[in-house]
Amino acid sequence: AAVPSQVVPGADPSARHLCFAWGPAEVLVCETLFGRRGGFPSRREGGQGRAFPPGTLTACVAGTGEGGPSSSRLFVVRKDQDIYIQTLRKLFNESHGIFIGLQRSEEELAGKSRKAQLVQVSKNYRSVIRACMEDMHQAAILTRDPALHSQYSTQVSILSAMELIWNLCEILFVEAAAAGPLLLRLLDWVRLHVCDVDNMVHEVLSSENPSKHELFWNVVDVFVLQGRMDEARHLLSKEASANPTLVNMYKILDDLMKKMPVPSLGNTQTLTEMELKWQHWHEECQQYLQDGTFASNSHMESICKILLGDEDAILEKKDLMTTWYHFLVTRLLYSHPTVKPMELRMDLFLGGESSPEPLDTILMAAFEFELHQVIKECSIALSNWWFVAHLTDLLDHCKLLQSHNLYFGSNMREFLLLEYASGLFSHHSLWQLGVDYFDHCPEYGRVYLELHIERIPLNTEQKALKVLRICEQRQMHEQVRSICKIMAMKALRNNRLGSALSWSIRAKDAAFATLISDRFLKDYCESGCFSDLDLIDNLGPSMLLSDRLTFLGKYREFHRLYGEKRFSEAAKLLLMLMTAHIAPCSFWMTLLTDALPLLEQKEVIFSAEQTYELMRCLEDLTAGKSDKQKFQDDDIETMKVEMLRLALARNLARVIVKEGTLEGS
Amino acid sequence: QDNRISIWSAGDLGNVGLNGEYQGEPQLLCDIRHNGDVMDMQFLDQERIVVASSTGTVTVFRHHQNNQTLSANQRWEKAHYHVDQDTSCGGAAACTGVICNNPEIVTVGEDGRINLFRADQKDAVRTIDNADSSTLHAVTFLRTTEVLTVNSIGQLKIWDLRQQRNEPSQIFSLTGDRVPLHCVDRHPNQQHIVATGGQDGMLSIWDIRQGTMPVSLLNAHEAEMWEVHFHPSNPDHLFTCSEDGSLWHWDTSTDVSEKPSFLHQGGRSTTYFSHNTINQSVVSAWLSNDPTKDRMEITNLIPNQTLSVNSLDILGPCLVYGTDAEAIYVNRQLFA
Repeated sequence: AAVPSQVVPGADPSARHLCFAWGPAEVLVCETLFGRRGGFPSRREGGQGRAFPPGTLTACVAGTGEGGPSSSRLFVVRKDQDIYIQTLRKLFNESHGIFIGLQRSEEELAGKSRKAQLVQVSKNYRSVIRACMEDMHQAAILTRDPALHSQYSTQVSILSAMELIWNLCEILFVEAAAAGPLLLRLLDWVRLHVCDVDNMVHEVLSSENPSKHELFWNVVDVFVLQGRMDEARHLLSKEASANPTLVNMYKILDDLMKKMPVPSLGNTQTLTEMELKWQHWHEECQQYLQDGTFASNSHMESICKILLGDEDAILEKKDLMTTWYHFLVTRLLYSHPTVKPMELRMDLFLGGESSPEPLDTILMAAFEFELHQVIKECSIALSNWWFVAHLTDLLDHCKLLQSHNLYFGSNMREFLLLEYASGLFSHHSLWQLGVDYFDHCPEYGRVYLELHIERIPLNTEQKALKVLRICEQRQMHEQVRSICKIMAMKALRNNRLGSALSWSIRAKDAAFATLISDRFLKDYCESGCFSDLDLIDNLGPSMLLSDRLTFLGKYREFHRLYGEKRFSEAAKLLLMLMTAHIAPCSFWMTLLTDALPLLEQKEVIFSAEQTYELMRCLEDLTAGKSDKQKFQDDDIETMKVEMLRLALARNLARVIVKEGTLEGS
Repeated sequence: QDNRISIWSAGDLGNVGLNGEYQGEPQLLCDIRHNGDVMDMQFLDQERIVVASSTGTVTVFRHHQNNQTLSANQRWEKAHYHVDQDTSCGGAAACTGVICNNPEIVTVGEDGRINLFRADQKDAVRTIDNADSSTLHAVTFLRTTEVLTVNSIGQLKIWDLRQQRNEPSQIFSLTGDRVPLHCVDRHPNQQHIVATGGQDGMLSIWDIRQGTMPVSLLNAHEAEMWEVHFHPSNPDHLFTCSEDGSLWHWDTSTDVSEKPSFLHQGGRSTTYFSHNTINQSVVSAWLSNDPTKDRMEITNLIPNQTLSVNSLDILGPCLVYGTDAEAIYVNRQLFA
């Protein structure tokens, strides 16, 4: 199949100039020249449960051109539609769990146990694919919408092909058993996946008189072709009992089939032993054939030929085998059962009627042990990176991929994982899975994560918290600050000052805390009272985050002390706020004005020294103003200053007398 | 986005296998579309479920058991909303918590608002605007007329809904840093014992009769604790779940101390605090802040943790929890 080209329906380069820009997971295509009158495109709802072919128009924004009669359109082209298929979500989620498990499993185990571990991982992946197939199949049956039905059915066949390929890769690469067991695995694989004949087998077996059934010999042939000797012999025995004239022939054939050397899983025989036995048996079959023992029964004769590995005889049964890879495995079974894996690299396959389909190309590459070719072909044929990313990662763990670097810096495994994870990030919820994938890409994972994580839309605080936790765990401080700032600004705009402060504390953002405190103080100045006392009264250690915040807390404390009539403490605090420069200069006037009622109390509160300090503060404040400012000061300001001066002077007078009078005070 | 409320059947008891483990997967009975993220939900009665949405809407769904369908029974749109200062038009504020005491429903949200609804009444019975200057994360009933809320500046507040004033009757705060509190639950029998979970994964136990600070602080999870629940019939057991992917079972039941430690089942990671040789007095084990007098067994119920456990619930011997890996787990043999 040719590389699928992305067609964006509605975008016509001949009618307009188009420009485009790459996004994290999308491409923006827009028309640049206007002038041509055109109809408005219909809006198509994108994404939900409908799989569109790659490159489908999923959103369309109509804009008006500058004075032109027609509109300029903007297309958002999504590369990865598959992530929006509801039934595939199980695949993504479960495989994520398996992937993490694989990364975390250390290589403490060596040799056989490690291999067994990897095979188990591979089997887990496959069972997830099969579970997904089941769900998809159920969905296809239950749906009444023909378009959905065909979509689901397509998905089922794609998943089925994926499982087929993965299974073969598991046998050839992950398990990579020695010659004998390898063949047994391949036979299992064929039996499992080439099941067109199952119906026929069932029909014959369940009929009253199997041996009289017209398809009887077909079934026997199938059993022989798939190496299911016991089942073949069982069927033949029925024929023999029904047809006594064939008894002799049957006995011989049965004996040959029984004696066929089969590689055992336990690997108890050495290769040479197997070879010898096989040679002997082969010669025996040859002998019987040449003697014409089976000449009178063409069926049995052809079976004997098949046992001898006669290519033409096997090819005659093409229709029963249905696929070239069945033929390949049968050929292997009857020609070289002890073939070592390297010798599989033979172009034995025939039966290629038309040009090979993508599946065939992939399987061929697998049989030829061309790993990179397999991955490349899969990448082209499949619309989604899921398969190649996970398979390559597994093969990498089997240490089968050379670590040659691709020209843009990362290796094949990492490249595929990055692509897959990036695709996940365009999904509103599956992005969480993508994070873990990026974590396990040593070269570029972190950079990719940094770029992607800031683009996740944060519509609830809970989502923001999850994103923040991810950033904090990875010491991505820039992103933490940026996200907290965004959330804090949002809160501020919604007048949620407590929330805003909470975000600033999380980011340890002193500047923002100052901003919030200024807002509080502004509110106080305007309204005369504090809003959100529950917040200010309970700042705790977070007060120290910013000077302004500290001031706010202390200022509120001053008010509280005043309210509780603890005047001398309040006075001390007030003074300290100015002398320790905790209070911003802009607020000094307010503070001094707050001192007025304390100065006017019946009993003297401020000591002489404190009064001097206050006077100094006042003078500092007024001296700091330029003449122009003084001129612009309205009457209230000047009156305030006058009143303060008067109150301070009076207080000073009283306190000097008081301190002078009492002994030692 | 396609969010749904779903009802599942976790199977009948006839399906129990050899080890008493549950066989088979939960079956989906019915579902219905939901607008916005589901932030919290609770059964109002046998048939009705109240759901809090990220759009600020509170919906009551009815589960029709005869034909296994769900329908939206009642809806309070914009129960929670923001008022933009500059434009003075509304924006959505998520409703973060809901608690029911048939027929009353109390909700709290990111707008710092507390609503008191009555099922089948169109308007809110009572609304406290700007009850809190920060986000209210969770709410639970203290008594029939009082609720407890927790917020994002580490405060636990008691609100008396009978009184007309818009102030909390009591405020408790954490010592030290004002870490946001995300969840709250009250002891089923002893109403003065309250547990809260914070953003730093810390579990705090409060005695609201005395003091304004927690009685004990237990270092638990490594990330936000999303939910804390006392077991409704077996309150010596507490369950917490967290963003770090773990679900902890806290067990202060004293009969644990009778068995020597090596008889406990292997394969679980357990942490023991200390030995108990004194008879436990009537005072609940939760309030005892002396670790040498108390023994608590803590178990992580999730063997291979990956993504966050967002929510859990317990009833009898059943535990159910959901994770960010889009999986629901049911454990029907909790105390086996």
